[in-house]
Amino acid sequence: MEDEQSFSDICGGRLALQRRFYSPSCLEFSLSCPRITLRSLTAVTCTVWLAAYGLFTLCENSMILSAAIFITLLGLLGYLHFVKIDHETLLIIDSLGIQMTSSYASGKESTTFIEMGQVNDVVINEAIYMQKVIYYLCILLKDPVEPHGISQVVPLFQSAKPRLDCLIEVYRSCQDILAHQKATSTSLEGGDKIISASNRRSHSGMGAYWHRQEDRR
Amino acid sequence: MVLKAFFPTCCASADSGLLVGRWVPEQSSAVVLAVVHFPFIPIQVKELLAQVQQASQVGVTVLGTWCHRRQEPEESLGHFLEGLGAIFSHKPWFQLCRERGSKSWSCKATHWQGPASPAASGEDQVMLIFYDQRKVLLSQLHPPTALPNRQAGDTTASAGGLAAVFDTVARSEALFQSDRFDEGPVRLSHWQSEGMEASILVELAKWAAGPVCLFLACLLSLISAASACRVFKLWPLSFIWSKLSTCEQLRHRLEQLTLIFSTQKAESPAQLMRKDLIGQLADALIPVADHVAEELQHLLQWLMGAPAGLKMNRALDQVLGRFFLYHIHLWISYIHLMSPFIERILWHVGLSACLGLTVALSILSDIIALLTFHIYCFYVYGARLYCLKIHGLSSLWRLFRGKKWNVLRQRVDSCSYDLDQLFIGTLLFTILVFLLPTTALYYLVFTLLRLLVVAVQGLIHLLVDLINSLPLYSLGLRLCRPYRLAAGVKFRVLEHETGRPLRLLMQINPLPYSRVVHTYRLPTCGCHPKHSWGSLCRKLFFGELIYPWRQRGNKQD
Repeated sequence: MEDEQSFSDICGGRLALQRRFYSPSCLEFSLSCPRITLRSLTAVTCTVWLAAYGLFTLCENSMILSAAIFITLLGLLGYLHFVKIDHETLLIIDSLGIQMTSSYASGKESTTFIEMGQVNDVVINEAIYMQKVIYYLCILLKDPVEPHGISQVVPLFQSAKPRLDCLIEVYRSCQDILAHQKATSTSLEGGDKIISASNRRSHSGMGAYWHRQEDRR
Repeated sequence: MVLKAFFPTCCASADSGLLVGRWVPEQSSAVVLAVVHFPFIPIQVKELLAQVQQASQVGVTVLGTWCHRRQEPEESLGHFLEGLGAIFSHKPWFQLCRERGSKSWSCKATHWQGPASPAASGEDQVMLIFYDQRKVLLSQLHPPTALPNRQAGDTTASAGGLAAVFDTVARSEALFQSDRFDEGPVRLSHWQSEGMEASILVELAKWAAGPVCLFLACLLSLISAASACRVFKLWPLSFIWSKLSTCEQLRHRLEQLTLIFSTQKAESPAQLMRKDLIGQLADALIPVADHVAEELQHLLQWLMGAPAGLKMNRALDQVLGRFFLYHIHLWISYIHLMSPFIERILWHVGLSACLGLTVALSILSDIIALLTFHIYCFYVYGARLYCLKIHGLSSLWRLFRGKKWNVLRQRVDSCSYDLDQLFIGTLLFTILVFLLPTTALYYLVFTLLRLLVVAVQGLIHLLVDLINSLPLYSLGLRLCRPYRLAAGVKFRVLEHETGRPLRLLMQINPLPYSRVVHTYRLPTCGCHPKHSWGSLCRKLFFGELIYPWRQRGNKQD
C-alpha cells in the first residue's frame, strides 16, 4: 500500500513524503528533497566562468580558462556525489530495527541500521538552527550501563529538514510500531507490569514537553 | 508475535528436505544453516548434528521442514513432512514452502503441544530474511565505536541479534564440510554446494609458497644475525648507526620482511605493507651544496658588517666571522674533493631505495643532515659560546650583589668577597655584558638556521611515519572484497503480496575508509619530541643544545 503527500521544508521548498505499508510490522517512509534547478546550475557556472575570464584578461594565460572548465566539471560531479541528497528513506521493521538510507543525486546510497534492542524511543525534539528554532525527529539509543538512560541521540531527515506536520505523520506511525514491539517484548520477558501508552519513560530536554502534550490530547 | 527466519540464498533453489540451524530464543529468530535432503535416516541426522555441536560449540538442531514443490501440491509429501515434526521435536517448528518457478513463499511456525492435542497448537507470523551465507561467513562485524566513558567489559553484553547471526554462521564451519554430492549418509545443501571456487594458479602458488618462504626466512635470519654481530656494536660504528635514520628504516624493513616470510600463520588481517616505488635521487647535489655554502658566506659577511643596523663589537665580530668563514672554506674544499666519488656512492645508496618509499625518504633526510653538517657545527659553536657567556654573566651578577651559589645546598647564599675579587669580578662582568649583543646575534642566527633544518627533517620523519602506519592490506581488502569488513547490515524489502510472509534481503554494509584506517592503523616507530614548548624555549634562552628528534630505539642501545 502506497500513498504520497506533499509537505514543505523549513526554507519553504517542496518535499514529497511517500509512505509504503508492507505489513503491520514493516513501514517505509521516503522523503524526497527539492531537486537541483537549472537556474542555480547556470548561475554558478556563469559566475565561475566570468571570474576565470576576468583573471584571463589580467594574466593573458589561457590555462586559466581550461582550469575553470575543469574545476566546474569536477565541482559539479563532486557536489552530486558527495553533497546533494536526492531522497532519504526510513524503514522500520518490528522486532528487527530501524534503517536510515540517504541516496545522493549520483545514485550513491549510504545506509545506517540500528537494532531494535538499542532503540529506547523515537521523539520529536526542538533545536536552535542558525537563527530559527526547528523541530526534528530523532531516535534515542539505550545506554547499556543504565537501563533507563539514554546514551546517544540520532537525528533523522537531516538534509530534508521537514516541518512539524510532516514529522507528526512519521512520528505517529513509528510510535504505533514501537508500542506494538514493546508490548510483545514485555510479554516475552514475562514482565508483570504492563507498560501503558501514557506511562512512557521520561527523558530530559524539550522533547519531554512535546511528548506530554501529545499524551494529554 | 513475529518470528524471524534467516534463510541462506543458496538454499532457495534446493530440493525439499529438513531445515538445520540454530534457534536463538532471546531474539526469537532462527538461523538456517543448511538443508538435509531425502532420503535420510533420522538417527544419522541426529548423530551428525551432535558431532557438529561438539566441534563448533553451536547449538545446531533440526528447525523444521523445507518444501520446494511443483504447481500441484502432493498430499503424501505434506503429511510426511508434518509427521517429521513428531520425530524431531523443536519448538517452534518451521514449515517453509516455495512453489517451483514462482516467487511466492509461504511459511508457518507452529508450537506443538503434543500428538494428543494438535488443535491447541498456536501459529505465529514469520518474517523471512535472506542472507548470503558465504559473505556472512567471511565477514567481520565492527561494532560502532564505544563512548569514552564506557568500560570494555560492557560491550559483550550488548552483542545484539545480528552479531549472534554472524557468530553462528562463522562458527559452524564443521557443518559445511560435506555437501549433497558426497557419498556420506546425510546429504546437505549449503553455500559450498554451489561448488567451491578455486583457481589453479592460486593452488600452485600456495604449494610453492611454503619452500620459498622457508628459503627467504633463512636468508633473512642470516642477514639479521650478521648485523647483530659484535663488530657493529663498537663505539664509532654504533654511534653512526644511531644517528642515521636510514639505518633505522632498514632495520624496520628487515623486521617487516622477516614477518612476511615467516612460516607462522598470521593472526590478524592487519598485515604489513610493501611498497614498490623506486625513489629517484637528485644528481645535482654538488651544486646545491655549493649554493648553500655561498649563501652562508654572504650571511657571515652581512653579520660582520652592521647587521640590521646594529653596531657590533668590531674585534669580536671579526674573530668570530673569520673563524666561521674558514670553516666554510674547509667544507667547500672537502665537497670538491669528494665530487668524483659522490655520483657512484649515491647510485649505490639509491639502490637500497627499492626497499620502499620510506627508505628513500630516510635517505633524503640523511643527505640533508650531511649537507647541512656545517650549520650544525656553527650552531654548536655559537650555542657553547653563548652558554658560557650566560653562565659567566649570572655568576658574576651574583658576585656583584654579594651573593654566591651554594652547590651543596643548591641555593643562593650571601658571601663576603675581598676587594680585589670584587674589582676583577666587576671588570669581567662589564666586559661580558658589552660583548653580549654580538654573541647573542651569532647564536640567534645559527639557531634559526638549525631549527629550519630540524623542521625539514621532522616533516620528512612525519611523512615516513604516516606511510609506515598506513594499513595497505586492510585498504586493499576494503576496496576489493568490501564484505569482509562489515560496519553493519542493510535490509531491502523484496516483492510482497498480501497474505504471504514478509521477505527481506540482508546485505552487508561495508566499513567506511576512514574507520578502516583508524581501526587497523599499524604501530609506528614513533619519534615524538621529548620536550614541551616551554622547556624548549627555556633551553634556547640558556643556550643548551637541543636534540628534538630522537628515535625511540636509541634508549635501549
